[in-house]
Amino acid sequence: MFVQQLFNALVLGSVYALFALGFTLTFGVLRVINLMYGFYFAAGAYLALFAVQELAVPLWGAVALGVVGSAVLGVVCDGLLLSRLRATKAPELSSLMVTLGGVLLFNSLMNLMFGAEVRRFPAGALSFEAITLGPLRAAPIQFIIIAVVFVLVTAVFLFIARTRIGAALRAVAERPDTAALMGVNVGGIVGLTSGLSAALAGGAGILVGLNLNAVQPYMGESLMLRGFAVIIIGGLGDIRGALVAGLGLGLLEVMTAGYVSSTLKEAVAFSALILALWLRPGGLFGWASGKRA
Amino acid sequence: MDDFLWAYQSLFYGLGVNGLLGLSMYAVLALGQLSLGQAAFMGIGAYTGALLSLNFGMPFALVLAIAAVVPAVAALVIGGPALRLTGVHLAIATIGFGEVLRVFYINSETLGGGLGLTGIPQRADGWTIYGILGVALGLFTLASRSKIGRAWEAIREDEDAAKVAGINVTAYKMVAVILSAALAGLAGALNAHCSSFIGPGEYGFDAAVTVLSFALLGGVSMPLGPVVGAFLLGALPEVLRPLHDFRLIFNGLIIVVVVIFLPRGLLGFRVRRMG
Repeated sequence: MFVQQLFNALVLGSVYALFALGFTLTFGVLRVINLMYGFYFAAGAYLALFAVQELAVPLWGAVALGVVGSAVLGVVCDGLLLSRLRATKAPELSSLMVTLGGVLLFNSLMNLMFGAEVRRFPAGALSFEAITLGPLRAAPIQFIIIAVVFVLVTAVFLFIARTRIGAALRAVAERPDTAALMGVNVGGIVGLTSGLSAALAGGAGILVGLNLNAVQPYMGESLMLRGFAVIIIGGLGDIRGALVAGLGLGLLEVMTAGYVSSTLKEAVAFSALILALWLRPGGLFGWASGKRA
Repeated sequence: MDDFLWAYQSLFYGLGVNGLLGLSMYAVLALGQLSLGQAAFMGIGAYTGALLSLNFGMPFALVLAIAAVVPAVAALVIGGPALRLTGVHLAIATIGFGEVLRVFYINSETLGGGLGLTGIPQRADGWTIYGILGVALGLFTLASRSKIGRAWEAIREDEDAAKVAGINVTAYKMVAVILSAALAGLAGALNAHCSSFIGPGEYGFDAAVTVLSFALLGGVSMPLGPVVGAFLLGALPEVLRPLHDFRLIFNGLIIVVVVIFLPRGLLGFRVRRMG
């Protein structure tokens, strides 16, 4: 029983970490809380669902299509919504506001186009049969989620820390103007970051859609609160922090639901968020920058 | 005929409530702060007011006063830590607060769960709603043209410079967030007492963003702006019926267009002062 609980916590925590990964990456490099992230998340899931259902593409192809599709959406939407604000060096809150309007606009559009009802993947797309592994019983997709999260987090981390492009990314995050003077293609890095984080969002949406076998226009919004809690607790822009905070939040929620009360579980994320604001405003590892004068 | 009158009466009341919400958004935007808890605070006011009226039958004025104070206290608890950090932290904490409240309403049996509360007595009338709106608008207009308004402007333009100039920035921001919550709570209680029904779905993310669109459409160069914006956005879908289904899309579009094409015009406007 306890092992099963721990496993459930690991799955839930991985989903939170996965959702937060691209979210915190965008903030780290572009200094924007991009609420459009919730839209990319749902859009990825819809694209994959469409590919499986209408185009009869095998699941791996649908996942690829969903991820690439969301990346394209991410780059296009960034160009539409944020490029002008970036060029005029508008205040940070302007870009937050524009993505707020954007997410309302696009989510409502999606709702109008596809309807609010929950859609499911066709029966043959993936086996939902539970596998028994010692004391554990879990669906294959849950193992896949855990594996994917660890691979992706490591990959993104190494990409940023070890590659030339990663160094350019860090330079832009630090000071875009200086980076441009040093010959970094800032526009390219901005596009890369938007595309990469939207791709991560779309991929996360597909995995979560498969896990719950439910795709719905507002699926991103319902994860948003947890996403916020994770990126604030982990420290804005801190990828390692997001992973630890995501797993921690999953553990806390599952344990609260299992041993305290399932209603109280809903309050865990927010209480943790407020606590983090009081106690560790700089994030778990304390190096996330707040405001630089 | 009665139906017709009733339909327009509720629109008339609704617009007044929207106006108050617009003002509550102004209270924070005037200092360049983005608090997205307006819908949440409105919900607290609505539920508090409805419960007091349903269970205790208190005088309406007292109900309204308590419905303004409770969200103000909530704002103190949330705004306190967030305001020490950046504007982004405040925005995130307040959106999160709205979400957690929505879940709380749905799960709480005392608050009617997903069905909400029904049978709230209709105690609000046009005089009360527009009276409160008028007084609030008047006070804000006076404040914006006084020393207080200049401090707001200074904080909005450059927080650090305002601090150096001897303005107690944190205190000003805290008061703004509390005031804004109290106004939203009042609006919620008034709304509950003219629509007789409230539910958990009315105070979520969409509602919060809609209040922001009121303020952005009207512009925040003076307190009247958000009120006008609220009237316009409240009345449009009723006048142009086909627009009704596209209401949220339209609100989102307004925010996008205004922020992109008038970014300085919003967070960096100048108030024209008298004298």
